[in-house]
Amino acid sequence: MSILHAKNIHAYFGTNHIVKGISLETEPHQVTAIIGPSGCGKSTFIRCLNRLHEETPGARAEGSVIIDGENIYGERVDPVSIRRKVGMVFQKPNPFPGMSIFDNVIIGLRLTGEKNKEVLASVAEESLKDAALWDEVKDKLKTPGTSLSGGQQQRLCIARALAVEPKILLMDEPTSALDPIATSKIEDLLSKLKKKVGIIIVTHNMQQAARISDTTAFALMGELIESGPTSSIFTAPRMQQTEKYITGRFG
Amino acid sequence: MKSLKQRQLINTCVHILLVGACLVSALPLISIFTYIVLRGAPGLSLHFFTGLPQPIGEPGSGMGNAISGTFVLLGIASGIGIPWGLVAGIFMTEYRDTRMASCVRFSAELLSSIPSIVIGLFIYEQIVLRMHHFSALAGGLALSIIMIPTIARSTEEQLLLIPAHIREAGLALGLPRWKVTCHILLPGIIRSIMTSMMLAIARISGETAPLLFTAFGSRFWPESIFEPIASLPIQIYNLAISPFEEWHQQAWTGAFILALFVLSLNIATRLVMRQKEPLS
Repeated sequence: MSILHAKNIHAYFGTNHIVKGISLETEPHQVTAIIGPSGCGKSTFIRCLNRLHEETPGARAEGSVIIDGENIYGERVDPVSIRRKVGMVFQKPNPFPGMSIFDNVIIGLRLTGEKNKEVLASVAEESLKDAALWDEVKDKLKTPGTSLSGGQQQRLCIARALAVEPKILLMDEPTSALDPIATSKIEDLLSKLKKKVGIIIVTHNMQQAARISDTTAFALMGELIESGPTSSIFTAPRMQQTEKYITGRFG
Repeated sequence: MKSLKQRQLINTCVHILLVGACLVSALPLISIFTYIVLRGAPGLSLHFFTGLPQPIGEPGSGMGNAISGTFVLLGIASGIGIPWGLVAGIFMTEYRDTRMASCVRFSAELLSSIPSIVIGLFIYEQIVLRMHHFSALAGGLALSIIMIPTIARSTEEQLLLIPAHIREAGLALGLPRWKVTCHILLPGIIRSIMTSMMLAIARISGETAPLLFTAFGSRFWPESIFEPIASLPIQIYNLAISPFEEWHQQAWTGAFILALFVLSLNIATRLVMRQKEPLS
């Protein structure tokens, strides 16, 4: 039973047709990696999975995405409620400015009405532990989130996304702004996280996709060329374009 | 290629010119302020702050009513102008590409270039004539109209400085847009917004023209916002055009206090800005 089933997603910026009918199914407890050259529409595609794409002026998306048996592009669906189920981590670490580490983690819960301080404190601790950041910040929860290092900020953003207990976590090149050590910390983290949430990660680093994902999908020029178990995509791709890309002949 | 000596000489000359230009541009400020201090400071006394204006020759004359009146007017103006400007600024960023937002932006630009006496006249027509008397409320309202465009524009500018992915991160948490703006974006720029508020207050605290036929002035302590009220700029004006040396002295001291107030607001603004947190 898949946890997310995207069917025939088309995305546009104005008249620019960016994503041309991508379909993708993801399994629970798995990391799905989407690889492809820059500008192939992979980021735009995952931004359609939590309906964030349409927040950009002039942008729109078509198709259907079934999560929990519900089409998030259905007529009466409120995008706000979808985004509680589908969290997102961005390319650049973006803790909220002027907010402490603690506030950054619990802001999602607090603003949706949770006032109980004990609940908030325990959620903060749990989320920070899940994001493997707790030990580094437990003595300075009151300091600004922006005072952390880049890698810590990114894990803070992961904790912030986890605190609202999403079912799926979208990650848009989450390590491309980080150094190798911070990157490997986040990669290690993903293998633990996937027990809790389904993960869809966009990366243009093929080694990363090979290291961390169970399923890999290859996108090119707004279309999905092929997808399948990571091991077979990297060792025995079915399509010629995939083979050319993973052997480094273009992209 | 010029010789080293020549280049050093040119360097020195330009350096002197630059320092000179800085001094020249600072000179008016320094000389005005020194002059105000020299003329105003001798008139300082306790009763200047606590007393009411007295008839000529009477001891214990002061500008207490004007000082407190100015604060009342600033309070009314801020109470109306700050939320109004803030909301307009938020509107312009949230609905950036709409025709309405461009209209608001254009109006704000026009409004900030309207002579303040015209704003005073407008309030006189609309409020004073209808209420049949001058009032602190009308004065505060006139000042608030001067504040609105300043605050709206700076709120908009500050909000636009926040990178788009910060807003997206808020939306991605499953928060409605208004909560993202009010609880995540605005708190992040609260210092810059406070700065612009303080600058707007500093700017209107010396405004005289819009108060002439709105707040009008008074020789008594402020009692009600529906009564005419004294204010420093108007009182300074009235004292300064009088024929009495004693009153001239008071006008200078009033000017000194007003300048000191504006200066300290500006310095406070600088101090707040210095600890400003970098946007990520």
